[in-house]
Amino acid sequence: MRLAAPGVRPARFKTALWYVVLTSLSIVILFPVYMTIVRALSTPAAYFREGQPLYPVGIQWDIFQRAFTEGDLGRKLLLSLLVTLIIVTSQLVTSVAAAYAFTFLDFSGRRFLFFVFIATLMLPLEVTLIPNVDTIRSLGWLNSVQGLVAPFLATAFGTFLIRQGFMGIPRELRDAAQLDGFGHFAFLRRVAVPVTRPVIASFAVIAFLAAWNQYLWPRAVVTEGRWETIQIGLKSLAAARVEESNIGLAAAIIAALPVLLLLIFLQKQLIRGLTAGAVKG
Amino acid sequence: MSLADVIRRRRAREFVLGLLFLLPSLTIFAVFFFYSVYRLVYLGLHQQNRYGTAERYVGFSQYADVLTGEEFRDGLRISATYVLYTVPIGLVLGVLLAVAANRQLRGIKFFQTVFASTVATSVAVASVVFFVLVNPQVGYFGDVRFISLSHTDSALRGVALSSIWQNLGLTFIIVLAGLQAIPDEVNEAATLDGYGPVRRFFRVTLPLISPTLLFLAVVLVVFAFQAFAQIDILTGGGPAGATETLVYKIFHHQQPLEQGTGAVMAIGLFAVTLLVTMVQFKLLERRVHYGF
Repeated sequence: MRLAAPGVRPARFKTALWYVVLTSLSIVILFPVYMTIVRALSTPAAYFREGQPLYPVGIQWDIFQRAFTEGDLGRKLLLSLLVTLIIVTSQLVTSVAAAYAFTFLDFSGRRFLFFVFIATLMLPLEVTLIPNVDTIRSLGWLNSVQGLVAPFLATAFGTFLIRQGFMGIPRELRDAAQLDGFGHFAFLRRVAVPVTRPVIASFAVIAFLAAWNQYLWPRAVVTEGRWETIQIGLKSLAAARVEESNIGLAAAIIAALPVLLLLIFLQKQLIRGLTAGAVKG
Repeated sequence: MSLADVIRRRRAREFVLGLLFLLPSLTIFAVFFFYSVYRLVYLGLHQQNRYGTAERYVGFSQYADVLTGEEFRDGLRISATYVLYTVPIGLVLGVLLAVAANRQLRGIKFFQTVFASTVATSVAVASVVFFVLVNPQVGYFGDVRFISLSHTDSALRGVALSSIWQNLGLTFIIVLAGLQAIPDEVNEAATLDGYGPVRRFFRVTLPLISPTLLFLAVVLVVFAFQAFAQIDILTGGGPAGATETLVYKIFHHQQPLEQGTGAVMAIGLFAVTLLVTMVQFKLLERRVHYGF
């Protein structure tokens, strides 16, 4: 008999099969990234002369440096970082404040204002683009940090997410805090925010992701190369002459790095933020 | 002081505090959402001269003209096609990846990170990455006719490829979370009832993750309708306007002379996305299994 231990062999065979499946899928998913790295490292002319092989030709290790010197990547990265940090900080402050008002304050008009917040969720930036760009233009904010951040300083999405967290705070905790003489500000700072830190952290990660990756808005309010964020800078870099195409690819790799680090080090927060609303329980 | 007075004073205080807390958000919303909506409607009712220095009221005729016009129809058709190219295949691939990676194996975390990795890319990064693959001049698959960016009948497919790839990470993460929320007992019970893996998948797993899939479907449809960066970077709307989605057209209607048309198209886009999302919820609601 060849199949001496029928229970063991198929199980081990099945495991091996799953590894084959998982590895093949990984290769397919990573292939585009691999080719981008190959292209970025290769000298374009030499690479095409070789007939576009699967390995780099005429490797230039200094390509990432050249992306900074020739592609002015440093300025673009700094601008993106600044814009992202302003947006994330502002969204955290405005969302926490609004969420607090909707959860712990009792005043007339609360329901109506809540509805006002919901309404903004139905209006994506794509729809309001034309009048919003007009507004920025009439404020004289084209090609400026203010112009890049203004529409994103508040978000109903963040407000809802954090409100969800606030609503999980047990009634007893509030009553106890009130008995201890905590006013609203003290309760917000010393109880509500610390207790909902996981939710707030997830939201911060998602807000960072969204702000860092923005494309349509910067593309609409930036007309001078100096004010290009990294994302829209990629377009001009990628569209360069073939001899310099590797600079754009190196820039793309660098642009993805901050979020890749986020994925690796803040995976839990990222995943919780991305799945918020998708999965019950 | 009576109890009523105390309550009244407390409510007054909370009213002031509430407005104070909401004011920052409300200011932003007033300028960039509500004023914009008013301006959209207004722009749609008017026609401006080339410099935006004079305008005249044209009424709802502009709405009628634009919404029944060829340009809007083309944009809508191309946007809808883009949804068809990206959403169903994106969902299927996401479920496939999640099912493959949802098992106890040594090193499974590594594979899960790889499958999720494309969330690290922005649409712009993904577009540059696919520039390397599908660009007609320098792309590795540049001469594959089915996804060729230089032909009107295939260019949108080439662009769609980058979206499908870029969305994989998000889709995978969300479906995997959905799968992991299914209690082990449910699968064990199904196995005890003699369900094989395939039957278990279609009869148990799929119905249980259907709310997650519905959510994803809505998100992916909205993403597809909003596609801009990938078209801006990969094709610039070409060839011959074959990849000019609705959003791409709106972006290129910002000159005073064209703003009226652009505004109506934007309102059209809003109506269509809202309608599609509502229909999606209504249609799928009955087939979706909520809760356990």
